[in-house]
Amino acid sequence: MAVAELLQYIVTGLLVGGVYALMSIGLALIFGVMRVVNFAQGDFMMLGMYLTYYLAVAWHTDPLLGAIVVIPPFFVLGLVVHRTLLVHVTGGGDPQRQMDAQLILTLGLSLIITNVTTMVLSPMPRGIKTAYATRAFALGAVLVNEARAYAFLMALLLAAVVYAFLTRTDLGKALRAAADDPEAAAYQAIDVRRMHALAFAIGIALVAAAGGLLATYHPIEPTVAVNFIVLMFVAVVLGGLGSVPGAFAGGILIGLVQSLTLLVLPFQLQNVGVFVAFLLVLYLRPQGLFGRRLRSV
Amino acid sequence: MAAAGRLRGWLPIALVVVAGGVLALALSERYHHRILTLVLLWATMGLAWNIISGYAGQTSFGHQAFFGIGAYVTVLLILKAGLTPWLGVLAGAIVAVAAAVLIGIPTFRLAGIYFALATLAYPLILRIVMDFAGYQEVAIPMARERPTLFMQFAEPRAYDLLALGVFAATLALSHVIEGSRLGYSLVALRENEQAAEAAGVDTFRCKMLAYMLSAAPAAIVGAVYAHAILYVVTPEAAFGVLVIVQTLVVCLVGGAGSKWGPVIGAAVMVPISETLDATIGDRVPGIQGVVYGAALVLIILFAPEGLYWRVRSLLRGRRPAPTSSALAPPAAALVTGGPAVIGGDLLVVGDVSKAFLGLQALSDVSFAIREHEILGIIGPNGAGKTTLFNVLNGFLVPDRGAVLLRGRPVSGLRPSAICRRGVGRTFQVVRAFPRLTVLDNVMVGAFVRDRQRDRAEVRARAALAVVALSHRADAAPTELTTLELRLMELARCLAGAPALVLLDEPLAGLSGDGVSVMIELIRRLRADGTTVAIIEHTMQALLRLADRLVVLDQGRRIAAGAPADVTRDPAVIEAYLGTRWLRHAESLRT
Repeated sequence: MAVAELLQYIVTGLLVGGVYALMSIGLALIFGVMRVVNFAQGDFMMLGMYLTYYLAVAWHTDPLLGAIVVIPPFFVLGLVVHRTLLVHVTGGGDPQRQMDAQLILTLGLSLIITNVTTMVLSPMPRGIKTAYATRAFALGAVLVNEARAYAFLMALLLAAVVYAFLTRTDLGKALRAAADDPEAAAYQAIDVRRMHALAFAIGIALVAAAGGLLATYHPIEPTVAVNFIVLMFVAVVLGGLGSVPGAFAGGILIGLVQSLTLLVLPFQLQNVGVFVAFLLVLYLRPQGLFGRRLRSV
Repeated sequence: MAAAGRLRGWLPIALVVVAGGVLALALSERYHHRILTLVLLWATMGLAWNIISGYAGQTSFGHQAFFGIGAYVTVLLILKAGLTPWLGVLAGAIVAVAAAVLIGIPTFRLAGIYFALATLAYPLILRIVMDFAGYQEVAIPMARERPTLFMQFAEPRAYDLLALGVFAATLALSHVIEGSRLGYSLVALRENEQAAEAAGVDTFRCKMLAYMLSAAPAAIVGAVYAHAILYVVTPEAAFGVLVIVQTLVVCLVGGAGSKWGPVIGAAVMVPISETLDATIGDRVPGIQGVVYGAALVLIILFAPEGLYWRVRSLLRGRRPAPTSSALAPPAAALVTGGPAVIGGDLLVVGDVSKAFLGLQALSDVSFAIREHEILGIIGPNGAGKTTLFNVLNGFLVPDRGAVLLRGRPVSGLRPSAICRRGVGRTFQVVRAFPRLTVLDNVMVGAFVRDRQRDRAEVRARAALAVVALSHRADAAPTELTTLELRLMELARCLAGAPALVLLDEPLAGLSGDGVSVMIELIRRLRADGTTVAIIEHTMQALLRLADRLVVLDQGRRIAAGAPADVTRDPAVIEAYLGTRWLRHAESLRT
């Protein structure tokens, strides 16, 4: 096999992986701080895609810009969802029962969002037409789709901003403290419930932004969530449940695994490689490729 | 009385099945029959899921794997081999059970969220593989000559009755499980896996058995569903999200952990969603999904335990608290011990070492526990006492050294196996099964010696009588005092008739009276022929109680012998009081 072909697959995987990475850090942040596995995460991504789409239709907003514009409204939506639903299933109680309640609640939320979207916006797939979606750079023999390259760069930029926020600001540090040890954080006068709200809102805003970026090259339909929520789970588990940098690396890795699976398996089996990798990591290194083992889970 | 009680348990099952049969015969409209078939099939699917996820608490998000396997295996056998689905169903169930074993072996090593996530992957993989293998749309071929042989009925009642048969069998299976040793073991491991294992429940084996018992009905439902409803099997319909969503809705709305939960859930939810689908489904696609989603959200917010448990606790609340039957407790001693003469070595600990990431918790610890003695194991905090117990009862495997029970090595065995060989234990912080009554808590331990439920109950009541807790048999552990909790845990351990009991700080948190009760009880246990090893970090109580003491400090055995000698041992004084006191003690002696 030609080296150029291999390189092509790697570059494609890397570019797609960047957007997966951005999606996944939202989920990882929510899990890290709240210990909640959010089944509805993919649906918020889908809503982010639609908002970006309608911004493009109504005001010709470029989806790369649209992905940024959706952040504030989805941040607010995250706060509202946390306040109305998630507070009832977090904080205190038997961990196993809480976990079940969280999974079921977010699964129910996911069903509602998917199906209401289908009712209101019809199941018809849509797409955003941009000039760069069909153009490509040539890096030597490797062709790089422009839409994917821009989306990748934006995803990297947003992820860097989140990382800087978490490591450089007091609020970000408080968030990490609440994730590491909620009890100790509470003794340091950190309002853990506020941190939950903040983590959930940021997590939703990030996945919506990732949806906006994805909309530059992926069709938009109400059921799009199903295909991506599992990829996000895989990325987050790969990176060690709850670790934000781990989830980022996990997202990139999934893009690569998906792309490189094509070298050995036919197109339809693309995701089998991802799921098998997922199971292998769960069985052999449940703490993730880079992470520590969780204490209580 | 027990036989009559058992019959009474079957009565509501018979009533429900008869009611289903009457409905099947009475309904006339085809559409109503469809709803009845669906109610019965989803109730059965819920019952199947409930076995592993309700009783055993292992939340499976991948149960549609078995449903889909049942559907595909049956239908493909018709297509490829012309096999009648009546046999194909069995083949599907067998493949599903085999799949459950293959999935279970690696997956049951995972706990909590990791288990749930891992189960998610299997139907996804199967779905992709079926798509790829060219089975995107497998139509069941029409068998005009011999429709009955191929499960194809013009009469909708036939599908009702078929579904009713599967439902009745699964309901009966659930009922048998609930009253069996397996049922008690599953609930125990759901409530506290470590305590269940220490009380003699082989948790891995029980989970696996439950998973297999749960996979078979799921596969049969899948096969019947394919014939009664689908006609064309697709990966989405067989392995799709909606299958597990329906199952979850039925179980959670009705209430997981009881056989009635899925039945109630299906009877409520399936007609609602079918009616909505039929009336406005054309204009509003996705209404079913919204209803299910809303049902899940609402039930979690307002009645997370489900309708069955909610109604039950409302009914219970109005009734006066059940008082325990005033039957005289059986006087029979639990353990058939001879006279309590201290005998030879019962358990020998030889050069046991255990390290955790560089911390040497135990180094070369050796001692023996003699038959019919009370051995005290003391040492300051962090001396390695609980680690030692964890090695003795099998929670930990020593890095080096061996533990011999009656001359046979036990290190490396599962805790449940060591328990069955006669080593019981209690915990520093009591580990109860909080949602079981006191009697049922003790029953879990009693099943170690008696698989049969009634005899296990006799044992459990006898154990409660020994610790003088018979009057609290029907109470919930949350209503007990610290002393009563400790007594209950001890009774759970005694119900398995152990030769040796390991008591981890049995006096911690007890009042003065409580301490006396416990000490008196431990003396009686020994008098009845049980050997006792006790951990304490306060020496005071053990000086009164123990025949011999073993002293640990920083993972080493620093002394052993009669209490009077041990307390004079310079090494012990140093460990407890420091070197300054040691010098002081020595100056007193000279």
